[in-house]
Amino acid sequence: MAVLAIFATALVLFIALALLMRARPLLDITPLSSLLTASDWHPLRGQFGFLPFIAGTLWVTGLAMVLAVPPCLLCAIYLAEYAPRRLREALKPLIDLLAGIPSVVYGLWGTLMVVPLIRAVITPWAGKHLRFIPVLATDNPTGYSVLAGGVVLAVMVFPVIISVTEEVIRAVPDGLREAALALGATRWQMVKGVVLRRSLPGVIAAVALGFSRAFGETMAVMMVVGNVPQLPRSIFDAAYPLPALIANNYGEMMSIPLYDSALLTAALVLLLVVLVFTLAARVVLLQAVRRGT
Amino acid sequence: MGKHFEERIFLGLMIASTVIVVGSLVLILGTVVTKGLPALNLQMLTQVPKGGYYLGKEGGILNAITGSLALAGGATLVSAFLSLAVVLYLQLFAPNTRLAYLVRLSLDVLWGVPSIVYGAFGFTLLLLLGLRASLLGGIITLALLELPIMVRAMDEVMSMVPFELKEASYALGATRLETALRTVVRQTAPGLSTALLLALGRGIGDAASVLFTAGYTDRLPTSFLRPAASLPLAVFFQLGTPVPEVQQRAYASALVLTVIILLISLGARLLTRRLTRHVIR
Amino acid sequence: MTDPVISVRGLSVAYGNEQAVRDVNVDIPARQITAIIGPSGCGKTTLLRSISRLIELVEGVRVWGEVIFQGENIYAPHVDVTEIRRRIGLLAQRPFPLPMSIYENVVYGPRLHGERRRKVLDAIVEKQLRAAGLWDEVKGRLHAPASTLSVGQQQRLCLARGLAVEPEVLLCDEATSALDPVSAQRIEARLIELKANYSIVLVTHVLRQARRLADYVIFMYLGELIEHGPASQVLNDPREAKTRAYLKGEFY
Repeated sequence: MAVLAIFATALVLFIALALLMRARPLLDITPLSSLLTASDWHPLRGQFGFLPFIAGTLWVTGLAMVLAVPPCLLCAIYLAEYAPRRLREALKPLIDLLAGIPSVVYGLWGTLMVVPLIRAVITPWAGKHLRFIPVLATDNPTGYSVLAGGVVLAVMVFPVIISVTEEVIRAVPDGLREAALALGATRWQMVKGVVLRRSLPGVIAAVALGFSRAFGETMAVMMVVGNVPQLPRSIFDAAYPLPALIANNYGEMMSIPLYDSALLTAALVLLLVVLVFTLAARVVLLQAVRRGT
Repeated sequence: MGKHFEERIFLGLMIASTVIVVGSLVLILGTVVTKGLPALNLQMLTQVPKGGYYLGKEGGILNAITGSLALAGGATLVSAFLSLAVVLYLQLFAPNTRLAYLVRLSLDVLWGVPSIVYGAFGFTLLLLLGLRASLLGGIITLALLELPIMVRAMDEVMSMVPFELKEASYALGATRLETALRTVVRQTAPGLSTALLLALGRGIGDAASVLFTAGYTDRLPTSFLRPAASLPLAVFFQLGTPVPEVQQRAYASALVLTVIILLISLGARLLTRRLTRHVIR
Repeated sequence: MTDPVISVRGLSVAYGNEQAVRDVNVDIPARQITAIIGPSGCGKTTLLRSISRLIELVEGVRVWGEVIFQGENIYAPHVDVTEIRRRIGLLAQRPFPLPMSIYENVVYGPRLHGERRRKVLDAIVEKQLRAAGLWDEVKGRLHAPASTLSVGQQQRLCLARGLAVEPEVLLCDEATSALDPVSAQRIEARLIELKANYSIVLVTHVLRQARRLADYVIFMYLGELIEHGPASQVLNDPREAKTRAYLKGEFY
């Protein structure tokens, strides 16, 4: 049994090593740093610049976080501090339900509701009124864009951020709340100045976990983001995130030399990023909850 | 008064945020149901794709339904044995040790690994073992994907077993293994089942990990070494065709997938409620 | 007595279906230490917390009756509860320093209510830390985190913090029971000094503490007010049989 436990621990290493092994052929030729910074992606010519895909991932994930974090924090605070117990107990399972919905269904919703909305309403409106802001200007009328990916991804990370934040906030001892209120604070003053202050590390960890989840998300984003290998310059531009790259091209992987190494290098990069974020978030979270109790 | 004003604004924002979150759920489920229901019929559920299915002709998604059940079912079973062993080890044989901390940390990391990476790893593994995209490949990959989810859920359930129960068993002369299997597992059976259901739900819904490792086929899953279809991929492929009838079928497939997952989720929740009724504190 | 600082009229409190306090009528004298005593579960903490409406933090609590403070019923619908709580302070059983520095803990209250001037805040910090008997020990490290203080020091910090908003009344909920004897004695000494300017209501399950500190005593049993009066009378020559029994130690 101990063997199995050790196996579970080592699994992360196994995965990393296995990917590394197959990524080696490419990495032996071109160092990782130049792969990450080059923008030319021409597999047939043996050019594998990952930059557009990394940029694409960062744009979509970044936008998703910008869209998700404020409502999630507010919702979590509401659930933890303001909502009557019955309401909280009714809402939490609903929010958890969001976590159970499969990726493809999110993608489907994205293509049926989000992309058309962007195409028909938001892009024209932004084109007319917000032209002067560079990050919002575009010539992509299809709706398949960073924005679509960001919106879908944001909803996907709602449950993660909300549930972790809510847990961290509730870990703050009641005596602290009472102390602030007893001095004449309003509920909000108490939450803002005392509870949030105390739970800040935990909230940051929750956001980091959300980021990590969003970073690796494949199917849903793939279906709405356009999959054009370019460096996005606006949220209305199409993009091609790293996970989508891997998923879309696995079929041709074995037929073009070094293609499989390239795609598995991409997978390795994903793994490393997620590893760093998860570890950091977990360590911080452990401390935050321990301090609260 | 100034201080109350700020509170009122933020309370409004908080409620709006909650509405947005719950509203998203409603929108998503609503879209799936309104688009999927019209296209759903008995034929969809009971037939496999016949010739010309992807051009709009006869057939259904039975291949995907059974494929998903076989993949996720098999994976959950495999993962359950592994997880149970690991969790029992953590709880009874090496509690509070450095190793236990390391194992839990590693599993936390694994929990966060994206499914596409599991898929890539699974693919590499298959190449190494000389296998092709198949039911077996998908089961292995999904089992690895489900492992951290199951272990975490089981671990939580077992942590709730009061020490006195284990103590009583040891006092009667039982070995650790006997205590594990006879006492602890029995006490926590509902909770463990919930953990299984949780992981099963995740396994059925995942596409990225089975994309490379299970392949796709129009046939029912009859052999471990042949590719197997899955519902998420069925949705994806059907959505990608230009034929409107087939796209409708994608919606129906999505509905079937969502309903299955909701049922599993409901089952898990009911079990949890049953569990908390019997827990001794 | 001369004008009471607080008058409790027909106060009843229930948690869900459980009645915790039943129809209490009593006047709290001004500028004295009033002790609420009684066996555990008798409702003394509930009564105390009802005086500043902190009882409302409990989910599902219901309150009937009135608590008259400065001429009005604090439970009336239009009353600003945060103002009430500023004027009636609380020192809880376990010290809960806010997650900030010592300085910021003390000025948290005044800042809440709008005070921004640095000089004024500095003066408040020194004054209240002296009043709490903590000034000499922390004057050199006012900006250190409050969590670095010992438990006894933290409780004195909480006292200073509570006094910083200049309440009329100070409620103490078993404020010394979590402290070591030396710190407890220090807090008690402070309270005796403070009663010159504040009305103090404290809950205690230690009869000796009541004897040491109280000018006025309220005895509760199973949610009902059994007896109240000047300490010398209630503690030495009680009228009610239950009071006598409790004082003799027949139940706790």
